[in-house]
Amino acid sequence: MLSWLIKRLLMLVPVFLAVSVVIFSILHFIPGDPIDNLLKVGSSPEARAEMEARYGLDRPLPVQYGLWLGNVVQGDLGTAIVARRPVADLIAQALPHSLRLGGLALLFSTVVGVTLGVVAALNRDRWPDRAIMGGVLVGSTMPSFWLGLILILIFSVSLGWFPVSGARGWNSLVLPVLTIGLGGTALVARITRVSMIEAAGRDFVTLLHAKGLSPLRIQLRHVLRHALIPVVTILALRIGWILGGAVTVEVVFARPGLGTLLIKSLSQHDYPVVQACLLMLAMAVMLGTLLGDILQALMDPRVRAALT
Amino acid sequence: MIAPLRALRRPQGALAGLWLILVICAAILAPLLTPYAYDIQALPNAYQPASAAHWLGTDEFGRDLLTRLIYGARTSLSVSATAISISVLCGMVLGAAAAWFGGWLDRVVTMTVDLTWSFPEILIALILVAIIGPGTTGVMIAIAVAYLAQFTRLTRAQIMTLRGETFIEAARSLGAGNGHILFRHLLPNALAPVLVSAMLATGDAIILEATLGFFGLGAQPPVPSWGGMMSAGSALVFKAPWVIIFPGLAVAITVVAINLYGDALIGELDIRSRLRRDA
Repeated sequence: MLSWLIKRLLMLVPVFLAVSVVIFSILHFIPGDPIDNLLKVGSSPEARAEMEARYGLDRPLPVQYGLWLGNVVQGDLGTAIVARRPVADLIAQALPHSLRLGGLALLFSTVVGVTLGVVAALNRDRWPDRAIMGGVLVGSTMPSFWLGLILILIFSVSLGWFPVSGARGWNSLVLPVLTIGLGGTALVARITRVSMIEAAGRDFVTLLHAKGLSPLRIQLRHVLRHALIPVVTILALRIGWILGGAVTVEVVFARPGLGTLLIKSLSQHDYPVVQACLLMLAMAVMLGTLLGDILQALMDPRVRAALT
Repeated sequence: MIAPLRALRRPQGALAGLWLILVICAAILAPLLTPYAYDIQALPNAYQPASAAHWLGTDEFGRDLLTRLIYGARTSLSVSATAISISVLCGMVLGAAAAWFGGWLDRVVTMTVDLTWSFPEILIALILVAIIGPGTTGVMIAIAVAYLAQFTRLTRAQIMTLRGETFIEAARSLGAGNGHILFRHLLPNALAPVLVSAMLATGDAIILEATLGFFGLGAQPPVPSWGGMMSAGSALVFKAPWVIIFPGLAVAITVVAINLYGDALIGELDIRSRLRRDA
């Protein structure tokens, strides 16, 4: 198990390198020169050259990449061109907001999604199943920014229960978490239902019935445990999607976070910040995949056996 | 009868198909359906709620909302459908080539696909639009690239499974060449699942297009798109919520319809297991 884990961690290194090359090179294709934003109109070419030298933009691209990667590995993400502050500071300020939002949304969609999925599977093809699956379909087809705006309209404007925007206090989190969480809930409920139904048809379930266990006990203790494995794997793979959803929802609710930082820096052509935001999101995606593999190994004795 | 028509005989397929036909016809016939223009501003009429003259009310520039919604369907549907078509074509070529030739080509394609696969589509699209620049062309390319991994992966998996089937062996032993087997046997058999998942992806693409439009990156004003119509965002929630509500409803109902119809089609074609195994 330990040697598998080490091997799995080492596999992340080439992926990380590939991702970093992509992120670094893509941003140099973006039109628009950050130096233009900094210089006064009519500045001399010398002033421009000096500015480019200060941010290292005059070196050849591979050299720029090497320097950048070396610094990133040491935790130095460069200096934001527009804000003129260390990028690491900006990220450190934004990240906790996004993690809190994403974490709560993940928790919400897991708990509600699994519950709905189980209820639907237990009532297969009867009205609770139809109602839940219908709701799930509608929930997964609404654009998240629109859902957010509608929730603001109902709960902030009409009822006045929650603030429209900002990040002050727990009640400013409720609507954003709901907005991201409902999309995830739909996914989790759908997978839980399908894998519950699939697991219920296995031989070991017939055996448990033959042994005389109560059907509800079989469903909740045995079938559900079986069915949760794909749910966990897919949820871990979806961590990136939840953060992607956070990007949109943060903008709608005007919350500080990685998403608002990314969108703002993209429009200001602030390369170092955009690179850092993308790198953070990419690392979250990679860690999510890793977490999914580890959890699957812990939950599924067959996978565990294959690894040792 | 062919499967797309048979799917219309199922109740949910019929309802969904009816809505889709309605929206597509409205998009095509737009100038005949409405007496208003989508781009002429009439500021004294701004923020009017629904009335006999303006069935869905007017927006912040006094333009008829229903008119803009119908013209917006043109933009949103054509951008999403074109983007997915490009994506399907490129994905099928890449996936088939990877599965057929194997070796380093397969490894490179698989690795690239796996890498982009783990990124949320919205991020890929946002960055691409930043590179290409906002507007319908940029959004189209961005959506096409964002979904490329999905179709490459699906086509590759289909070809890999089909390759081991008995009918391929039979064709080969009858003397069929490589090209004949790939183009006459493997690709046609892989087509149904790929096309159905393309249809479902068009639904996702409509949402993605709306999100990019909401960020102000899609069709540039005054040309309406469903997402762009909502880009005024939370500012309008207080003043004229209908400007936000109706375009979003149009997106949601259309995407639900695509999913329901797609589901009926999957049932008719009997390919549910093939889609689940590979996707």
